[in-house]
Amino acid sequence: MTHRFYPRAIGWAVMAALLLTLAFPETAFAAADIETDPFVTRFSMFVMAIFVGYYVVWSVTPALHTPLMSVTNAISSVIVVGALLAVGIEGASLFEGSANGTAKTFGFIALVVAAVNIFGGFLVTQRMLAMYKRKERD
Amino acid sequence: MSPNLIALLYLASGVLFILALRGLSSPETSRTGNYLGMSGMAIAIATTLAIAAPSQITTWLIILLGFAIGGTIGTVIARSIPMTAMPQLVAAFHSLVGLAAVLVAAAALNAPQAFSIGEPGAIAMASLIEMSLGVAIGAITFTGSVVAFTKLQGLVSGRPVVFPLQHALNALLGVALVVLIVWFASSESHSAFWLLTIVSFVLGVLIIIPIGGADMPVVISMLNSYSGWAAAGIGFTLGNEALIITGALVGSSGAILSYIMCKGMNRSFFSVILGGFGGETAAAAGAVDDRPVKQGSAEDAAFIMKNASRVIIVPGYGMAVAQAQHALREMGDELKAAGVDVAYAIHPVAGRMPGHMNVLLAEANVSYDEVFELEDINNDFPQADVVYVIGANDVTNPAALEDPSSPIFGMPVLEVWKAGTVMFNKRSLASGYAGIDNSLFYRDNTMMLFGDAKKMTEQIVKSL
Repeated sequence: MTHRFYPRAIGWAVMAALLLTLAFPETAFAAADIETDPFVTRFSMFVMAIFVGYYVVWSVTPALHTPLMSVTNAISSVIVVGALLAVGIEGASLFEGSANGTAKTFGFIALVVAAVNIFGGFLVTQRMLAMYKRKERD
Repeated sequence: MSPNLIALLYLASGVLFILALRGLSSPETSRTGNYLGMSGMAIAIATTLAIAAPSQITTWLIILLGFAIGGTIGTVIARSIPMTAMPQLVAAFHSLVGLAAVLVAAAALNAPQAFSIGEPGAIAMASLIEMSLGVAIGAITFTGSVVAFTKLQGLVSGRPVVFPLQHALNALLGVALVVLIVWFASSESHSAFWLLTIVSFVLGVLIIIPIGGADMPVVISMLNSYSGWAAAGIGFTLGNEALIITGALVGSSGAILSYIMCKGMNRSFFSVILGGFGGETAAAAGAVDDRPVKQGSAEDAAFIMKNASRVIIVPGYGMAVAQAQHALREMGDELKAAGVDVAYAIHPVAGRMPGHMNVLLAEANVSYDEVFELEDINNDFPQADVVYVIGANDVTNPAALEDPSSPIFGMPVLEVWKAGTVMFNKRSLASGYAGIDNSLFYRDNTMMLFGDAKKMTEQIVKSL
C-alpha cells in the first residue's frame, strides 16, 4: 500500500508551525528565556501523538474501522475535563446571569453532552466488538 | 496533588487511549483495548475531580446529575441502536464532540480563572488563539455533523445541494473567519467570539450540503478528524495532556480514514469536498438500455450455487438498506452445509461509513475470517464459480478498468466478472450512485435477480 502522502503532509505542517512559532516568539514564549514554555512541551507532545496516531491507525484492521470511529468519539469526549472545571466553579449557581454563572451553565451542558458520548461511545463499541467472532473449529 | 503528578496521570490516560486504538489491530485484542480506553477516561475524570474538588455538596450533586443524564441517554442509545443505523449514530456523536468544544471554550472565556489561563479581560493571547481555533473547528464539526446526520437518517435528501457562487461564499466566510480570529485574539471581545462561532456554524453547514449521500464515508471520516483537532485546540487552552494526545490521535485517525476512502473511490479529497457528485438525479437520467439481460429466479440461483464449489458474496449499501445480512448468513450456512466454500468480499467504500459492511456481517454472526478486503480477495475471483452481488453496483463495474472515459475510471473494483457466473441481486437495472451504466449486467455469464435483497435471499435459502 502506498501511503507516503501523510507523513509528508504532517512534516510540512510541523515545519510551518515551527516557523510560525519562531517568527512570533512573543506569543508562544511568554515565560522566561531559560525555561521552556509549557506550550512548547505540549506542542511537542501533540506532534509526537500525531505520529503515534498515524502508525497506530494504519495498523487497525479495515474490518474494525467502524468501531475505530465510535471509540475515537468516546475518547475525544475526554473534553469532559474542561466541562468539569467549569461546573466546579464555586460561588455561582447554574443559570445565573454573572460571568461565572454563565461559565458554569455552559460547563453543565458540555458535561451532559460529553457524558452521552463517553457512555454511548464506549458501550456501542463494546457491543460491536462483541459481535466479531471467529467460527469455532472442531 | 503536585502539578507533576497531575500531568503524569493525564499522560497515563493519553497512553491508555493509544492502547485502546492499538487494540483494534485485531478483533481478539480489541475488546481489551476498549476496556483500556474506559480506564483512561476514568483516570482523566478522577484526576480532574481531585484537583478541582468542589467544596460545596451542591456542586457535586450537579456533576453527578450531569453524568446521570448524559450517561443514561448514552447507554440507552448504545444498547438500542440498530447496527444499520451506525453511520448516523457516529455522525451524531461527532456533532456532540464539536458542541462540547464550543461550550467549553465559551465557559473558559467567561471564567478563565477556573482554567488557570488568566483573569476575565486579561487572558493570554496564546490561549485566545488556541481557544478560537478550538471553537471554530468545534462549531464546524457540530453543524457539519448535524447535516451529515440528517442526510444519513434520511431526514433530508442525500442529494448534493449546489447553488451559484457557493465556492465564492465559502471562501468569503473563510476569510471572515480568519479576520474574526485575529479580532478575538487581539481584543478578547465576547462579540468577536460569538460572531466567530456563528460564522463557523454556517460554514459547517455549507461545507457538507454539497456532498452527496454516496460520498458519506469520506464526510464521516473527515468530521471524525475535525472533532479530533477541535479537542486538541481545547486541550491546548486547558493545558491538558490527555486532551492534546487524544485530539492528535483522533485527528490523524480521521485523516487516514478519509484518505483510505478517497483512494477507494479514486477521487481526490478536494473533489469530494467541493462536492456536487453523487446525486441520485444522475441515475434516473442514465440511458435506459434495450440490450437483453438474463434474468433468473431464486430457484435458478439456488441450483447454481448449490452445485458450485466456491461462492464469493459481495455486499453493498443495498444489503444494509434491506437489512438482508441475517438472510445472507443463513444462505452462507446452507451453502456450507452443502459443501460449498463461501467467502465475503468487501470494497473499502461499500456502505455509508468505513467498515460498515463488516459490522453488519459480524452482527449476523458471519465469522470474520470469512470476510476479506479487496486486495486480499481480488485474485480469487477467477477461481470462484459464483459471485453473489447483493446491493452493490459501482464497486463491481469493469468500466473502472476498461473505459478511460468513465467517471469512475481508475477506481479499484472487485473483479467479479472473472468468476464463472455473476448473480446481481438488485431492485432494477438502474445505475448506481455514480450514474454510470454497468456493462456487466449484459454479459453472458451474468444473471440478474430482480427484487428486494432480503426477500430474494430468503427465497434462495428456501430453495436450497
